[in-house]
Amino acid sequence: MTVSVSLRHQFDGFALDVAFEAPGGVTALFGRSGSGKTTVVNAVAGLLRPDAGRVSVDGRVLVDRASGVFVPPHRRRVGYVFQEGRLFPHMSVRRNLEYGARLAPRGEAGARFDDVVAMLGLGALLDRGPSALSGGEKQRVAVGRALLSKPKLLLMDEPLAALDEARKEEILPYLERLRDETAVPVLYVSHSVAEVARLATTVVMLNAGRVVRVGPVGEVMADPDAVPGLGVREAGAVLAARVVAHHEDGLSELAISGGPLFLPRIEAAVGTGVRVRIHAQDVMLARDKPGRISALNVLAAEVVSVRLGEGPGAIVQLKAGADLILARVTRRSVEGLDLRPGVACFAVLKSVAVGKSDVGGGGVVL
Amino acid sequence: MLSPEEWQALVLSLEVSALAVALSLPLGVLTALALARGRFPGRQWLNGLVHLPLVLPPVVTGYLLLLTFGRQGPVGALLQQAFGITFAFRWTGAALAAGVMAFPLMVRAIRLAVEAVDPKLEQAASTLGASRLRVFATVTLPLILPGVVAGTVLAFARAMGEFGATITFVSNIPGQTQTLPLAIYSFLQQPGAEGAALRLVAISVVVAMAALLLAEWVGTRVARRISGA
Repeated sequence: MTVSVSLRHQFDGFALDVAFEAPGGVTALFGRSGSGKTTVVNAVAGLLRPDAGRVSVDGRVLVDRASGVFVPPHRRRVGYVFQEGRLFPHMSVRRNLEYGARLAPRGEAGARFDDVVAMLGLGALLDRGPSALSGGEKQRVAVGRALLSKPKLLLMDEPLAALDEARKEEILPYLERLRDETAVPVLYVSHSVAEVARLATTVVMLNAGRVVRVGPVGEVMADPDAVPGLGVREAGAVLAARVVAHHEDGLSELAISGGPLFLPRIEAAVGTGVRVRIHAQDVMLARDKPGRISALNVLAAEVVSVRLGEGPGAIVQLKAGADLILARVTRRSVEGLDLRPGVACFAVLKSVAVGKSDVGGGGVVL
Repeated sequence: MLSPEEWQALVLSLEVSALAVALSLPLGVLTALALARGRFPGRQWLNGLVHLPLVLPPVVTGYLLLLTFGRQGPVGALLQQAFGITFAFRWTGAALAAGVMAFPLMVRAIRLAVEAVDPKLEQAASTLGASRLRVFATVTLPLILPGVVAGTVLAFARAMGEFGATITFVSNIPGQTQTLPLAIYSFLQQPGAEGAALRLVAISVVVAMAALLLAEWVGTRVARRISGA
């Protein structure tokens, strides 16, 4: 399953020129507002006719300006979850969900009504009208509605942007299940590093209408060169971990390739895989193994690369076991500790620095 | 209670208005859609044309209808020859006059409703697999229904009250073109017929009031159903 996109489009004072391939899973289109993310998904959905370019899903051409192909939106079989939900106000939740399902070709393989309702927790909402739903509930219905139209590809344009933090946390697990339990590839537009870290399998970074970086989420998030695009406060590696034990003092023990990781209690069963985002600015570096220290996580690591920032900061990329971790320190510390590629050191991480929202279900494909 | 003559005027008025509204409704919806959504040259001219009967003296509208749809008029002669439809001095002509005069009100109400529909909902429907026609039938039309109902009832009430264009275009023939307002006018011309005139006036008020109440009632019911509460 591959989505292949190459587009050129000219607006007033803005030129979009992008080309990328999205494999299965969730491909995050990441960039600041105005970087052209929504234009890309609108062109894929057929809501916008690009000046030039070609879009194909699994070999099926949806638009190709060179050969004059333009499949209208209703024949594209591309589901779209909009930022504002866009539920039909004159229909109940059930009828909203059934709207696309009725129009899908008969006998087409795809999500079943009861499964989607169960996966997204919509059972209690079916007979309500959209006006009686909270923002998070609306978005869950919108996701279900798009999914039930049996799409070959699902587009999500900042589906969480209009929600407050608590609602985001409530809906993210559903989107993780969507990623892990269905085979539909997703193009997910976001300007939130947190969402990308939780959901993406592949990241396409956009800046001012251009693709600046494409890669698996683990690779991009651990790349010092991607840090300026992500923002230094947001940057940080995403690691695949396995839950080993839940301890009685409220801590959970996870295993990553570089050793054990102790975090505040997480909601995942022992043995399951999770992904953990470790903010670069929460990682401290020591040349000698620190004794008597409150931080619970001290990982032996080796410096892979050092990227000096324009200001006083620097990003150090480390290898702990098979995992790459980023640490944000000062240039003074880089000099003082003589941090160079190949130098052995210890990465120190406070347990409480990792919040609940930094831990997501499902492993990372690195 | 009512004399046969008065009954005749009332029934004729109802028939004329019903025909006028029924025939102009599809055209009204199309025109409202074109004005609200269309991007074509001459949109402003269409808008002006539709609203012209609202601002022209009714006698001018009636005379223009006579020139166009009368026996000698270009369109009137054509329709007479091709389909055997006659407007001049017939109740169909009264319906045409009433329809033309009521049209701006109908279009205005529907157009406001169309403009209130978020095109983003229609986009969403299309991404779910709905063709343009299906989007209209399942999303646009249900959402503009309160406006369509309001426009229809307003137009009906306006048609019931049409006077100037009707009397100019199709004259004042009892049983053929003498609608309620025209009958009231005739009674007022006759000495001693004030009673009959007053009865018809009362009926006019009742019909108009009933129409407004009905529009309000249907409108809120439909709106409640649509908002999903």
